Amino acid sequence: MIKANAYTFKILRYDAQDPQSEPCFATYRINVIPGLTVLAVLNRIRDEIDGTLAFRSSCRSAVCGSCAMVINGKLDLACRTQVSAFNTDTIILEPLPNFEVIRDLVVDMTPFWRMYDKIQPYLIRHSPVPEKEILQSEAERLRIDQYVNCILCACCYGACPVLAREPDYIGPAAAAKLERFVLDSRDERPAGVLEILNNEKGVWACDTLFRCIDACPKEVRPTDAIVGLRKAIVKNRFQKMLGKAKDEA
Amino acid sequence: MLNHDILIVGGGLTGLRAAVGLCDRFDVGLISKVYPTRSHSIAAQGGLNAALTNNPESRDDSWEKHTFDTIKGSDYLADQDAAEIMCKEGIKIVYEMEHWGCPFSRFPDGTIAQRPFGGAGYPRTCYSADITGHVLLNTLYERAVAKGVKIYPEWFVTSLCIEEGLCHGVIALDTQKGSLIPVRAKVTFFGTGGYGRVFQQSTNALINTGGGIGMAYKAGVPLKDMEFVQFHPTTLIGTNILMSEACRGEGAYLANNQGERFMQRYVPTAMELAPRDIVSRCIQTEINEGRGFDHPLGKYVHLDLRHLGAKKILERLPGIRNISIDFLGVDPITDPIPIQPGQHYSMGGIDVNARCASDVRGFYAGGECSCVSVHGANRLGGNSLLETIVFGKLAAQAIDEDMTKSPLPLPDEKPLLRMQEAMEAKIRRLTEPGRGEKAYKIHAELGVTMTEKVGIFRTRKNLDEALQVLIGLKERYRQVGVSSAVRYMNYELINTLEQEYVLEVAHTIILGAILREESRGAHFRLDFKTRNDQDWLKHTIARIGPDGEPAISFKEVIMTRYQPMERKY
Repeated sequence: MIKANAYTFKILRYDAQDPQSEPCFATYRINVIPGLTVLAVLNRIRDEIDGTLAFRSSCRSAVCGSCAMVINGKLDLACRTQVSAFNTDTIILEPLPNFEVIRDLVVDMTPFWRMYDKIQPYLIRHSPVPEKEILQSEAERLRIDQYVNCILCACCYGACPVLAREPDYIGPAAAAKLERFVLDSRDERPAGVLEILNNEKGVWACDTLFRCIDACPKEVRPTDAIVGLRKAIVKNRFQKMLGKAKDEA
Repeated sequence: MLNHDILIVGGGLTGLRAAVGLCDRFDVGLISKVYPTRSHSIAAQGGLNAALTNNPESRDDSWEKHTFDTIKGSDYLADQDAAEIMCKEGIKIVYEMEHWGCPFSRFPDGTIAQRPFGGAGYPRTCYSADITGHVLLNTLYERAVAKGVKIYPEWFVTSLCIEEGLCHGVIALDTQKGSLIPVRAKVTFFGTGGYGRVFQQSTNALINTGGGIGMAYKAGVPLKDMEFVQFHPTTLIGTNILMSEACRGEGAYLANNQGERFMQRYVPTAMELAPRDIVSRCIQTEINEGRGFDHPLGKYVHLDLRHLGAKKILERLPGIRNISIDFLGVDPITDPIPIQPGQHYSMGGIDVNARCASDVRGFYAGGECSCVSVHGANRLGGNSLLETIVFGKLAAQAIDEDMTKSPLPLPDEKPLLRMQEAMEAKIRRLTEPGRGEKAYKIHAELGVTMTEKVGIFRTRKNLDEALQVLIGLKERYRQVGVSSAVRYMNYELINTLEQEYVLEVAHTIILGAILREESRGAHFRLDFKTRNDQDWLKHTIARIGPDGEPAISFKEVIMTRYQPMERKY
């Protein structure tokens, strides 16, 4: 028999639609067998103890990005975090920072998706469409690899100290998505479109503290993207000054 | 009341592809119970099949050969016209997704990379490392954003409204705000995914309850071939997270507790790359006969990648490695992965034709929630991603044609208003005090029963027992209650509403499995061990009767040029 260990879960609860509600921690004691994830325990709490507990989940295998939250102070996906990963029998769960809470661990993702929509997050081509695939070398594919891996979980968004003071900042995930297309050998967006980020709410807002890199569960490095976009913007400016800019949107 | 020309339910690959295909000409709304990028399509790993002939070993591949493999893999239950369409259209679809930015892995010559997969005569599975579903779903979502598709994220559809053979739309719960909204549409399209979570041990996302299928059934739409459930050979013990067929495509071994590559005793030619139904039965047999390993989380065999070397594993199967480490603490570079078979895919679903049309006017379905049927009794790996996008596209074309030829008017709103009222009443009832039953208990007991008694090996006795359990659970569902009357972000409420449909889905699976006295593809009866084309080369159709019980009838399989023969690998 596997021995279950007793854990205390403290979950920050709040109901934005209830005027009486104040954020406060609810405490649940639960026996957990080794190997169980935080998400599995959350499901058990909702099923067996408190049906009103709100949190998001879908894939339970760290690929869909639904269940990002703060777990004992660390931003991560609840589904891939083992309860036994911490050197303590108390697990504290809080919603993602930098978002408005809707209910308990569920935050309003609208600003995150608004930034995503803003950067034209899709391949832009002007050349005629070939009959077969657009050729791309293995090296060219590798160049976008880390950004392709982003699962849009918003851990980086929650970790970003700039977003904490400047909610209109484009944020790490949207920047990484844009860089994924800028670096894609098939993409033909004019360099001038990066100008929308050439301001204090765009790529220059980043303090390069690398908190986003630290928080990413998929080893994406959004700061690389921001630095890359800065370089591309500066390069485009110089070329424009020298009258060599190839394109203007 | 919300109105749209076309309402799409489901934000996975099928729903998004249909929306992208229709939004230029029609007013389209897309409802998804999660943000579209959280859909289960994201979890597909290995790839999608198309005869591009990019692999040096597949130069003489063709869509006809792909069709043959698909039909043989289906154990001849697939409709051959539909399989032909899918394999032919598949080539165009892969190029289209590439043109829209899908970051496929590449061969040294810059073409889309292709790897071998089970049951296929040629290496024709196009992939992006082991995150192919992820890149396809992101690409289609990006396309939907580019086209400005109107999306309602985190809206949960509670019921489908069909009256007098005409679909009127749906009732939906806006889970962020908590309001119950009738949505009227000239055409409703379901791309709501499969019924994996009817089973306890499943690779599927938690959201894959089969609710959409049960909802359509309850509204009077017939279901097809529900007894055909795919069990994937290689799922991680404990969590049953998928360990892609790409592992074996790249050369991984299966080994029992004697270190033996046991597949050589069963299928010496195809070995680990025999089709999924066969490999799953082999693994289960090894386990049942005592040649598996014991673990507190269940019995298992080894999926061994070690001989592939660190470079290949890191390059081609990085996701598999991460999952093994995150969820079991096993690094496949140094240790074999403990795996067991688990439910993976729903071959059955809403009965539609190759144009994704059901027999209800104004109601269409595609992808895993539907049964066209292109997979028949067993789906080949790499054909599900293909199906989702191909039939998302074809459904859009069919709806466009139908709406152009004989446009449907906006339906009467009264049936929707009545249905909304009934749903309001049901929710009120669920939150009355003193209703002691809980949906999660019913769901858990159903899952255990389905895995134990309606799994890889089936017998009349076990199936009868499963039916008795199911009838008891349906009875208990009448007493089900939820803790809170709050309607926003009330997941207990959503799960409870969904459970009603899940029970119906399970009912049709069990009944189909009882009736089908033969073994074909993934449906294996220990008391009827062979395929019986004489009596059973036909589809099972389940329709809800006036008494609320399923009534089963049958439908011919459409044959073109592939005559049934013994299925040998």
